Amino acid sequence: MNSTPWLSLTIWIPILFGLAVLMFSDRHAALVRKLSLVGALFGLAVSIPLYVGFNTQTSAMQFVEFSRWIPRFNINYNLGVDGISLLFILLNSFITVLVVLAGWESIQKRVAQYMAAFLIMSGLLNGVFAALDAMLFYVFFEATLIPMYLVIGVWGGPNRVYAAVKFFLYTLLGSLLMLVAFLYLFDQSGGSFSILDWHKLPIAMTPQILLFFAFFLAFAVKVPMWPVHTWLPDAHVEAPTGGSAVLAAILLKLGAYGFIRFSLPVLPDASHALSGFMIALSLIAVVYIGLVAIAQTDMKKLIAYSSIAHMGFVTLGFFIFNAYGMEGALVQMVSHGFVSAAMFLCVGVMYDRMHSRNIADYGGVVNTMPKFAALMMLFAMANCGLPATSGFVGEFMVILGAVKYNFWIGFLAATTLIFGAAYTLWMYKRVIFGAVANDHVAKLKDIGAREFLVLALLALAVLGMGLYPQPFTEVMHASVNDLLQHLTVSKL
Amino acid sequence: MNFTMPNLLPAYPEIFLLIMVSIILVVDLFLPQRLRFVTYALTQLALLGSAMLTLDVAVLTQGIATYTFSNMFVADLMGHVLKIGAYIALFTTLVYSRAYLADRGMWKGEFFALVLFALMGMMVMISANHFLTLYLGLELLSLSLYALVALDRDSARSTEAAMKYFVLGALASGLLLYGMSMIYGATGTLDISQVAYAIGTANPNKIVLTFGLVFLVSGMAFKLGVVPFHMWIPDVYHGAPTAMTLIIGSAPKLAAFAMAMRLLVLGLLGLAVDWQQMLVIMAVLSMALGNLAAIAQTNIKRMLAYSTISHMGFMLLGLLAGVVNGNWLNAPDAYSAAMFYVVIYVLTTLGTFGMVLLLSRAGFEAENLDDFKGLNARSPWYAFIMLLLMFSLAGVPPTVGFYAKLSVLQPLLAADMTWLAVVAVLFSLIGAFYYLRIVKLMYFDEPTDTAPIAPSLDVSVLISVNGLAVLALGIMPQSLMALCYYSIKAL
Repeated sequence: MNSTPWLSLTIWIPILFGLAVLMFSDRHAALVRKLSLVGALFGLAVSIPLYVGFNTQTSAMQFVEFSRWIPRFNINYNLGVDGISLLFILLNSFITVLVVLAGWESIQKRVAQYMAAFLIMSGLLNGVFAALDAMLFYVFFEATLIPMYLVIGVWGGPNRVYAAVKFFLYTLLGSLLMLVAFLYLFDQSGGSFSILDWHKLPIAMTPQILLFFAFFLAFAVKVPMWPVHTWLPDAHVEAPTGGSAVLAAILLKLGAYGFIRFSLPVLPDASHALSGFMIALSLIAVVYIGLVAIAQTDMKKLIAYSSIAHMGFVTLGFFIFNAYGMEGALVQMVSHGFVSAAMFLCVGVMYDRMHSRNIADYGGVVNTMPKFAALMMLFAMANCGLPATSGFVGEFMVILGAVKYNFWIGFLAATTLIFGAAYTLWMYKRVIFGAVANDHVAKLKDIGAREFLVLALLALAVLGMGLYPQPFTEVMHASVNDLLQHLTVSKL
Repeated sequence: MNFTMPNLLPAYPEIFLLIMVSIILVVDLFLPQRLRFVTYALTQLALLGSAMLTLDVAVLTQGIATYTFSNMFVADLMGHVLKIGAYIALFTTLVYSRAYLADRGMWKGEFFALVLFALMGMMVMISANHFLTLYLGLELLSLSLYALVALDRDSARSTEAAMKYFVLGALASGLLLYGMSMIYGATGTLDISQVAYAIGTANPNKIVLTFGLVFLVSGMAFKLGVVPFHMWIPDVYHGAPTAMTLIIGSAPKLAAFAMAMRLLVLGLLGLAVDWQQMLVIMAVLSMALGNLAAIAQTNIKRMLAYSTISHMGFMLLGLLAGVVNGNWLNAPDAYSAAMFYVVIYVLTTLGTFGMVLLLSRAGFEAENLDDFKGLNARSPWYAFIMLLLMFSLAGVPPTVGFYAKLSVLQPLLAADMTWLAVVAVLFSLIGAFYYLRIVKLMYFDEPTDTAPIAPSLDVSVLISVNGLAVLALGIMPQSLMALCYYSIKAL
């Protein structure tokens, strides 16, 4: 066990920097930006020892911290990571740096509040992934709603109020039922909110099914799964670029993480019994939402739908109960974190210049922004799962797992390679290639050093993960195997 | 005839307060308007003194319930905590409303005397161990409040509100008295502990007892303001000057909670099966009506009035989960959850109405939701405070409102009333909508009113403390939870 509380540092350093940033008014915008960047980098720096010091041989929780918090309800400040949550803390800390950089110039109004919202959210998200106490998890999970609500509502597009309220209420609906489920488990376990205790708690079938649906609502809204996905396109379209990036890269992962941390291990029998239902919803997301994405005329909406389709892959991977599926889904989550953030940042780059997200307003961007076009090409390829990019690894593993589980499920899942290519590349073609469409495009300036840095970092991540995924997969092996082992034992 | 002096120690705070009110009444007569701050200072001093005496009594009695005046009066830990809550609430109220009242010509001696009399009423209610003591306290409180609502005598709206409050309040008092008389008829005693004893052992007439219970619960429900006895709340909250709304909406809820505890739990626990069913209906209706009607409001005072109704309904959930199938194991959890809920509710309400007062100025009443538009642009700090308060009312962590909801839901689950918990969370989802709307107005909209917000130092410090307390207690709720738990456990 480690004496330095690294996990606490990854949670509280961004939050403290966020609060510090809040103290400045817009007159000190330049200082605010620098301070935020320092905070984000510092947050990233303290998350690196987690990876370096991580023991890949064990599935036990590492870097565990424990202190009594609310003894009245036996709620503890209990943190720890295993191979599953570790990657998301790293991903989140990394994306936060990019988001701060991406908002450097495009945000001119209430800079301090904008940066603070993202830094605080980053800390809270690390808290969600590190929490081993269900109530601590819940507090962090819910608290992330507040900054995101403000980010969408204050810096968003014209329909931002609708999108912000819809985002908040949808998520709250799910999580309130999850709260009831938590309290039920608290009661059943004789007064414990410890997630690891719940993993061992025997539960009868009927309560398992009911709890499964309570969790399902909370997490499916977050993922989001069809048919509770409708808030996502609205939120994505209206949110500022940074908001979309964090939403797609991290917030969506909370839902999937919830399934893997709560639904599967706490309710293994219900998970098995309802796997058909979950697989069906996942396939609908992959196939139907994939088709919906093709029809979009708004770039952000298109990427939002593509996110839903990709997350359908993740839930599919979880509920086919084999190592390929599970690890593929986790890889897909991390990869989607990089790729979707990159895609949204690309749209942000264009939006900053043209103030339009309409595909029809573009055309021939490659002529004026060659560097940008090259980078976006890479992300578009990753988005449709081209080999040698990170998108391929996860999708391929999930498809392998699915074929092993049932050929036709694997077959349907594999259609994503076609649909994904169709909507991504068609959009790319319309926006980037062709003759210069209008005067606005003709006047475009290529990306500057800051934008290049942001996209290049993501490009490195996408390529690195695609060419050499082992550093990502090796940390999760032990935990995934343990989870699969756990899932074979009935809790009835 | 042999007269023995009763033990006055448990009643020291009340006695001190009475002396102080008398002094304030007389001193104020000789003060010109420009020296009115002396009355104000004396009033705050009276609150401070009462608080110290209450602490003293708590220490001297070691928190053990001490009875006096032939068991008509009790000083116990729950009473001490609630009384101190009431002092803090009134202290805060007076600070918040000073500028508001001065601007509107209500900065007068009567105001202070009435506030302190209302406080005394609350204290007597909180410490009552006898139906008559309870009733006396209640009437002292109510009559002072009626007068306070009507204090702005040239305002037709306030007078109307006072009239409505008085008529309905008198009716409720009548119901309460009628219920008490029936219970007296069935058990032969008005002493709350004796009533409990009689119900447990003497096998009194069940029909009379149940009838009495219904009236008692109705009277109590009126004071708490839960459906179907809520009609006065929106009109009075809206009609009364905002400072008076703050007085009505904060500390008296603590007293009403004490009344519910003394009557239902200490007196009529033997009838828990009957009153719990009534509370279920009232709680569900209150949460439904309160939350749904609040959505339609454009006036913030009316919106908060309906929100009060829903919160009191939620609080009842704690009271009704105490006894399960005759088993009392759940009782301290459930009742202390209700107490925690009320205390937190009062804390949050103080802040919200404080913000309404803060935005009002001479000749301008900030009472429409739109008056909060663009507050973030006008003053980021106060917008942040209001944001915390709103999220606390909505029950979103990390604010303390979440733990209030959590602690009420937990005993419900333990009492196998999962459906009720689900209903409660669904209605609080609806509630979240209108709290979010305030946040939306403050943060997403541009201001229409650009007058500077410049409260005096004491107001700005206190409201900041108030708002941050909501956050701080949300991060560290243990001590207050434990305090509530031990207060109830010691009953």
